[in-house]
Amino acid sequence: MVNRTETRAEALRLKSIFEAAGAQSVEMDILQPAEVLLDLYGEDIRGRAYVTSDALWGEQMLRPDFTVPVVQMHMNEGAEPACYTYAGEVFRQQEDAPNRANQYLQVGYEVFDRANSAVADAEVFSLIRQALGDLPLRAATGDIGLLMSAVAGLKTTEARKAALMRHIWRPRRFRWLLDRFSGRLEVPETRAALLSADDPHLSGGPMIGLRSKSEIDARIDALREDAAVSLISDAEIDLIDALLSVRESLPAALEHLRDIAVDMPSIEPAVERLALRMDAMSDRGEDLETLDFEASYGRTSMEYYDGFVFGFYDQSRADLPPVATGGRYDALTKVLGKGDAIPAVGGVIRPELLLGLERGEA
Amino acid sequence: MTIKLGIPSKGRLMEKTFDWFGERGVSMSRTGSDREYAGAVEGVEGVQLVLLSAGEIPRELAAGRIHLGVTGQDLIREKLANWSARVEELAELGFGHADLIIGVPSAWVDVDTLDDLDAASAAFRSAHGFRLRIATKYHRLIRDYLREHGVADYQLVDSQGATEGTVKNLTAEAIADITSTGETLRANHLKILKEEPVLRSQATLFRSRVAEVDAAGQFALTTLKTKLGV
Repeated sequence: MVNRTETRAEALRLKSIFEAAGAQSVEMDILQPAEVLLDLYGEDIRGRAYVTSDALWGEQMLRPDFTVPVVQMHMNEGAEPACYTYAGEVFRQQEDAPNRANQYLQVGYEVFDRANSAVADAEVFSLIRQALGDLPLRAATGDIGLLMSAVAGLKTTEARKAALMRHIWRPRRFRWLLDRFSGRLEVPETRAALLSADDPHLSGGPMIGLRSKSEIDARIDALREDAAVSLISDAEIDLIDALLSVRESLPAALEHLRDIAVDMPSIEPAVERLALRMDAMSDRGEDLETLDFEASYGRTSMEYYDGFVFGFYDQSRADLPPVATGGRYDALTKVLGKGDAIPAVGGVIRPELLLGLERGEA
Repeated sequence: MTIKLGIPSKGRLMEKTFDWFGERGVSMSRTGSDREYAGAVEGVEGVQLVLLSAGEIPRELAAGRIHLGVTGQDLIREKLANWSARVEELAELGFGHADLIIGVPSAWVDVDTLDDLDAASAAFRSAHGFRLRIATKYHRLIRDYLREHGVADYQLVDSQGATEGTVKNLTAEAIADITSTGETLRANHLKILKEEPVLRSQATLFRSRVAEVDAAGQFALTTLKTKLGV
């Protein structure tokens, strides 16, 4: 076992690598206002983070990550461009994986830069990979921006696109919506009855609660409009499926994605962004053939990432969490920036895991 | 050592549990006054009766302070993370049936499925500026269920009683609670989503996987299980 003193020393060593790369060292509060995180992640975060409360400050959360407070700090007071590093504990409930640590150190590196996203992506990836040393880790990469572009380009209503976009990070409901919008799922009986009723309210009870009759009517209208528009074609669904199933080495994936883009021009800009990023990674000396690309990567566990995503894994130890993860989160800066936004990308390393793997003691 | 068997301390649940064991040749009775929580077991040697609130039995089983316990599956799953690693289900007892359901105002003619609830939640949040509130005491079960089904933009608000009244009182928009007949829901102008219940629960005999047992205890446990046919 790696002891805490060694882990702390390793965290400081990693942080010094990021400082040497130009990052400014920052400290974040351990207790974070719960409301911000709840608004961002929804109720799910309560199952993953520790929530506590006091009578004066209301609900507080033991920080489940640094990204949100770092973004808030930057949006409030940061100069541009900026680059930060930090090292400290994060706290996560592990109900489903009792063997995993519920508090552990994270060392992170975050870049806020408008100039060149491809270069910033490559910089963060390479810096983290180098910091991981010689361990033979599998690097997985992905790009949530591809799926988002594909959704934005569907030949369907804005309402349907918005519904799909809202569930990009919930693959099951995303699939369910796709199936319904394409007619692969039948309209539920209850909805068919509702849409065919002359007076839909006839079957309902008295109005109680905050959700008003006009809100109910607005949704019925939306359902009627939706029932009147044509289905998303099988060809378009097949293309989305083809996109989501891309899983190969990065250069092969690029070729594959370019093939798909011929029939799905909406993803072309995102594919070209991927190509630029690959060039930038190559310039930094990355061997692209050794990097995996998975189009679905990062859809379930990394809710705020909306572009490049990556993670480093020990292939012989599927039971362990990734040693490092990261990605681009432009949209998060917009949500937390109250109107302002800035392209941002970052990643974190788990020093205890890194040290443990290096010594064969993880 | 004696095996400790936790039984709900009052009401129909206790009586039906006594009946269930009695039918299998293990007779139980409360001892002392009506108000004293003590009991006796006859028909098997080495088993001690512990009368507890049904809500505390999951915790006592998980802590290993009792070896066996009768309580609802809903309470076990709500109160114990990773429950199946900590207790074993020995037998469903065939009473105390209750479904954990999600209820919405029956005026919501547009909401019958989880898909509807999800869409209504999104619209509600943008109209009111906060996430649609679901009142419940089953936080873990409901949160896991809604995450599993990809429902977003809701929040759980705690309600330890009279949950069906929260919508009318404007402290929640929907509820999640245990129901057996749905009568209270209807009386409060609520309807059940037309989905499978979140959980179908009934009174169940559980065994603690962590409680220590010596040879004598193991003998008592085996004898009891044989007698009960579980």
